[in-house]
Amino acid sequence: MSDKGTSNLFSGFCAVVRRDLLLSWKRPGDMLNPLFFFLMVCTLFPLAGGPTAEQLQLSGPGVMWVGALLATLLSLNSLFVSDYEDGSLDQLILSQQPLPLLALGKSAAHWLTNGVPLVLISPLISVMFQMPVQTITIMMVTLIFGTISLSLLGAIGSALTIGAHRAGSLLSLLILPLAMPILIFGARTASLSMTNDPTAAGIYFLGAYCMFALSLAPFATAAALRICNE
Amino acid sequence: MWTWFHKLASPPHFFRISEKMVPWFGISGLLIIAWGTWHGLFVAPPDYQQGDAFRIIYVHVPSAYLSMAAYMTMALAAGIGLIWRIKLSHAVAAAAAPIGAWFTFLALATGMIWGRPMWGTWWEWGDPRLTSELLMLFLYFGYMALRAAISDVKKADNASGVLALVGAVNIPIIHYSVEWWSSLHQGATILREDGPAMPPEMLTPLLFNIAGFTLLFGALLLIRVRTGVIYREHRKMWVKNLIQRGEL
Repeated sequence: MSDKGTSNLFSGFCAVVRRDLLLSWKRPGDMLNPLFFFLMVCTLFPLAGGPTAEQLQLSGPGVMWVGALLATLLSLNSLFVSDYEDGSLDQLILSQQPLPLLALGKSAAHWLTNGVPLVLISPLISVMFQMPVQTITIMMVTLIFGTISLSLLGAIGSALTIGAHRAGSLLSLLILPLAMPILIFGARTASLSMTNDPTAAGIYFLGAYCMFALSLAPFATAAALRICNE
Repeated sequence: MWTWFHKLASPPHFFRISEKMVPWFGISGLLIIAWGTWHGLFVAPPDYQQGDAFRIIYVHVPSAYLSMAAYMTMALAAGIGLIWRIKLSHAVAAAAAPIGAWFTFLALATGMIWGRPMWGTWWEWGDPRLTSELLMLFLYFGYMALRAAISDVKKADNASGVLALVGAVNIPIIHYSVEWWSSLHQGATILREDGPAMPPEMLTPLLFNIAGFTLLFGALLLIRVRTGVIYREHRKMWVKNLIQRGEL
């Protein structure tokens, strides 16, 4: 393997992404369940809180963001579990490829199978919440940055809770406080666009947060994987 | 200097040294807090706007500062433990978390009590520092929950260490949130470019209480680390010797 130079640095990354995409294609339930969960949470709020247009518009961005956050957490639970159980995580760690890049591949695949569907379905829910057109666009933009950040952040938590008791509830406890800036800026920015207020600052923040997570989170995930896969 | 550092990192040596340090930290801390609180509550003049209600800062500000300082201690100790694989350092990180959580709770509680007469509400969501302090509490909870969920001490040390470092990213967000969002909370009062915006007879007791709380934190931390060290090393010879000699 040593004769393969740096040109193959991303071959491991690509292999992990391809494998995870194939796995979720074979088991579409893993991908669809969080999506249905997102849809249902967003349906619950109008039913519980009242269906008037003002109420929907007021609560819409917040509800959608909470729904997206919870749906992402739901799907993050199983990010490393099957790899841990069938031993392929050992192979990832032992391989010559740099582990942070492989961890980045896991996050990328998670975003493609969970984040992208959320973003794509968000206009439908935005319409159900009677949002104006510009808000629908802003909602999608914030969700794109937000779900990328969540996939990266969540991978750290998911790696840290491998083999721990009650990993599901523990993961939410670890990730939710860290994800709060994303939630605040995501929902606030979408709310601001409703009244035609400037939204650039919020989007810049989410973009910066996303880049920050992109550059640091894979290293933390790799460290967590090495520690917890023992 | 380095040999001294290495010696301190050895659990038996630390256990001997810290035994003498605890009373120094504890007693001096309590004395300073007593002086600061006395002067804060009875000697300092009432505020021209807030009257006597401002006096809660003599508990609130040191607690809020220590909630962050304890997190920094925790993250720093966890980082040192992860990099140089010093077990004692992990014990410090583990011991700092519950104390930090308590100071965070204290800062939140005193902030709420002050907010009721001053802002007319127990809780103001629009204030970023209040919200970040609550998130700080959640970060402590997450750290402690992760430790509790992993039974192997070494694995728990390393895993929670990574979490502490990731969470340390939150500290600057807390600090600068005052400037980021429009805020109800008072801006920085002590550390300003044009000097403190507070008369010295109000400021001195506050500084004393901050110093006293820090010393008390040191004493509590040392006590907890000592317990943690004994727990981690309970199979080692030196602990058995201590017990046999009746010194434990």
